[in-house]
Amino acid sequence: MGDAIRVALAVAGKDLQLELRRRTALLAATVFAALVLVVFNFARDPTAISALDLAPSALWITLVFSSEVALNRAFHAEAEHGALDGLLLAPASRGGLYLGKCLANLIFVGVVLLVAVPLFILFFNLDPTTGWTGVAAVLVLAAVGIVAVGTLFSAMAVRTRFAELLLPLLHLPFVVPILIAGVQASTRLLAGRPLSEVGGWLRFLVVYDIVFLTLGSLAFSTVVDE
Amino acid sequence: MQPDAPVLEVRGLTRRYGRARVLKGVDLAVQPGEVVALLGPNGAGKTTLLRVLAGLARAEDGVVLVRGRHPAADPLAARRAIGLVEHRSLLYGELTPRENLAFTARLFGLDGAAVAAAVERLDIGKHADLPVASLSRGMVQRTSVARALLHSPSILLLDEPFSGLDAPSAARLVSLLGARRAEGVAVLLVTHQPEEAWSLITRVAVLHGGRVVVDRPRPSTPAETSRLYHEAIGG
Repeated sequence: MGDAIRVALAVAGKDLQLELRRRTALLAATVFAALVLVVFNFARDPTAISALDLAPSALWITLVFSSEVALNRAFHAEAEHGALDGLLLAPASRGGLYLGKCLANLIFVGVVLLVAVPLFILFFNLDPTTGWTGVAAVLVLAAVGIVAVGTLFSAMAVRTRFAELLLPLLHLPFVVPILIAGVQASTRLLAGRPLSEVGGWLRFLVVYDIVFLTLGSLAFSTVVDE
Repeated sequence: MQPDAPVLEVRGLTRRYGRARVLKGVDLAVQPGEVVALLGPNGAGKTTLLRVLAGLARAEDGVVLVRGRHPAADPLAARRAIGLVEHRSLLYGELTPRENLAFTARLFGLDGAAVAAAVERLDIGKHADLPVASLSRGMVQRTSVARALLHSPSILLLDEPFSGLDAPSAARLVSLLGARRAEGVAVLLVTHQPEEAWSLITRVAVLHGGRVVVDRPRPSTPAETSRLYHEAIGG
């Protein structure tokens, strides 16, 4: 276990180092998230739909599609110059490599959310003191689930010719349950309902995360090894 | 493992890509301290053989033994035992050689001293902090070799390791490999120009038509090796 954590931290550290050097994907995902929120804000007729009715949908669409940007680049560096084979030659458990990739993707999505959420509050004129502890918990749990499934599919897609098209096709159907739970929970929380009212959705997200992180750790070897 | 047992052994190894059978029953053994030059025409399956031995490709049939054990029995130990240089660098182009080596060191559980020693050994120092993507072919190759040697493997699988190296760098690599051989490291060296590492080579094998058709002690001269090779491949 200690070995897997060491490997995961090494892989995540390397991915973040690469991203800090490039900045392109992070910048693209953040700008994309901001643009989605702007479009939603100006596409809404405030006399027909209240901000609170549309806000959860806008938030979750922003999260899901900016996560796709993050996941699309997750294995790009490995696809060049055989670096994936370099990783696979290391005496490291495949589960550790997978968890490292997940951790890097999660941090990436987290940074995008750190920029997107304040913009979201601003554009939709929401009260930042109402329900945001709960919404933050829902966002974190959802991001873990999205990344757990997406990292596995990203590793699968990167060796194909149409990786950028294939990833959303594989990934988005698995994101639907997270989307349902996220929208349901955040709608209630942003309306000022208590956290206990969304306990079922939170438990669902926790179970989803555990199941897919476990499956991802076990299946990663099948995906990356020949 | 028996003291005189091969450190690397393959028996009846087969491998197919689509309908093409690339390896058709390869038998080869490498003893500790041996440097086996593996010759063969383009497409003979040399790179495929190295990838199977490194655990990056699966054999369809046959036996692979690393230090007397099937790699699947203890894959982490098998990976620790092997260092691979192949035609791709296996490096991250946007990281520097030092960063690439540091990352590999972390994966192998090594400390920064191993990285510093590798940079020194391969004389990468002046270029160690520039992105790999901006380096010359020779400097990238030196970094690839440094990466393969970083964890002091007991088996080195080298696919054209002298490719892109200038004469002093090639001489340095020969000297490094000589020191490793003296320590008992086994080397399987895929090359089209055995004279580049002539002083190191102890045995010559020729892979042709998916099989090892020659496997013998090194002839006395490169010219004799060349004659032997052309006789074996019928060209």
